Amino acid sequence: MTITAEITAKDVCYQYTNSSALALNNINLTIKPGEFVAIIGPNGSGKSTLAKLFNGIFLPTKGDIFVNGLNTKDKDKIWEIRQKAGMVFQNPDNQIVATIVEEDVAFGPENLGIPPKEIRQRIDEALRTVELTEFANKAPHLLSGGQKQRVAIAGILAMKPDCIILDEPTAMLDPVGRKEVISTVNKLNKQEGKTVVLITHFMQEAVCADRVLVMEKGRIVMEGKPREIFSQVEELKKHGLDVPQVTELAYLLSKENVPLPRDILTVDEMVDCLCQLL
Amino acid sequence: MSIVVKNLTHIYMPNTPFESVAIKDINWTINDGEFWGLIGHTGSGKSTLIQHLNGLLKPTSGEIIIDGKNIHSKEVSLKTIRQKVGLVFQYPEHQLFEETVEQDVAFGPRNMGLPDEEISKRVKEALELVGLPYEQIKDKSPFELSGGQMRRVAIAGVLAMKPQILVLDEPTAGLDPRGRDEILQEIVDLKEKQNLTVILVSHSMEDIAKIVDKLAVMYKGEMVSQGNPREIFKDYQGLVEKGLGIPQVTELMIKLKGKGKNVSTDILTVEEARAEILKTLRRKGLA
Repeated sequence: MTITAEITAKDVCYQYTNSSALALNNINLTIKPGEFVAIIGPNGSGKSTLAKLFNGIFLPTKGDIFVNGLNTKDKDKIWEIRQKAGMVFQNPDNQIVATIVEEDVAFGPENLGIPPKEIRQRIDEALRTVELTEFANKAPHLLSGGQKQRVAIAGILAMKPDCIILDEPTAMLDPVGRKEVISTVNKLNKQEGKTVVLITHFMQEAVCADRVLVMEKGRIVMEGKPREIFSQVEELKKHGLDVPQVTELAYLLSKENVPLPRDILTVDEMVDCLCQLL
Repeated sequence: MSIVVKNLTHIYMPNTPFESVAIKDINWTINDGEFWGLIGHTGSGKSTLIQHLNGLLKPTSGEIIIDGKNIHSKEVSLKTIRQKVGLVFQYPEHQLFEETVEQDVAFGPRNMGLPDEEISKRVKEALELVGLPYEQIKDKSPFELSGGQMRRVAIAGVLAMKPQILVLDEPTAGLDPRGRDEILQEIVDLKEKQNLTVILVSHSMEDIAKIVDKLAVMYKGEMVSQGNPREIFKDYQGLVEKGLGIPQVTELMIKLKGKGKNVSTDILTVEEARAEILKTLRRKGLA
């Protein structure tokens, strides 16, 4: 059987106990294998709740979530689901459990009962992918924020997931750390073929995704390729969001009749376009 | 009120195998009414440094001098210093604990021993300063608020002590773009209205570029540069090597200049970039 969907959400609602409002309101969504989906939206719009439903940390109040065809409500399959869809959170310090980098990476596969010889292989491979091989025997607290977050990613990779869900993985990092993590995420998707779901408040990080979902008040309110989404500057601002600085600049200049495309997403694209004019 | 940081060094767990030098020989003068940005890679010592400014950490060597007096000398009460120098930590909403918003904001002034009347006046003022409607919010549990609102309540708790210097450690981390802009605008307004001295620690070069007058850069425990943000953001390579960056629009202008285009690179905001590009186009008769 070929699997045509990595993650499917079908009529999903979620309501927190003690809350009268729905945190998620009738979400329908299919994420394809190998796809890179970015989710943006204001605080409290339901992004993190949705992410936690994707690997069965929460179960839908109504509707179903399927990961690789497995329903997250199926108690017998939950460990298989969590191995297939791994999560990385905001604060790297909360995710590191061991005192040595490679032991931290080994934690997941050890819990899966993988034989030691294979664990060794997986650690080496995972650390190579996140480019931290030379830090294997270091103490995690000596690493930078970006490096710690990459250790957390390696820990997930060592469980050989098909899909990695990252919930604001760069919120606490400095600019270089942010770039390191985003370039690692891109590599996982483009070179390793992992399905990626990236939740972020940094619009320029959503630019490299195949598809952007905009959430507001528990619903998906916009959906499309980054260029389609970010060219709608006013619509996004209405939802309390933003666009990358260069996209906003292109928008402001085109309002002054400067002939620029409105879907510029990166500094280099803007440099190319402006070079033809200036 | 001014703060002078003189030859400040802090070593964590000295004389143990875990000894580590967090900050080294820092010299920094913050004059009355200045608006400083403090940037640096994760682990560069920013948080250690600011915890010295109100005496939460004691220097291993060196001095913190506020209004001419070493804050660790006998004649100075640290309690007064902590009231004058208000510190808002990272994720301050994690420190909310009271049953209602009003009680939470009142906690600081109550500990200062102020009369009830003065306390409620301050609570009301502080909540309004951070843009929260007092009447509507005072009886709510802080835990039923949104992330941005919780953060504002936490900031109000510090403001209610009427500090003269406000130090904020990444006040916008984890907030959505609108929340980010709102909090930044409130900080700017506060500074004006209350005539505060402000130090803003941030990883967002865009935010820093938009609002501060002076910028200090930390790298591996040392303060490697201080000055005008325009000057500091000119050194793109140097900042990247230090784990930092520059605003996207500044990068754009530097790259255009690199391609031989006659544009100013002294640009920190989208608005400035727009004006500069339009000016250049008009000079060429193109717009």
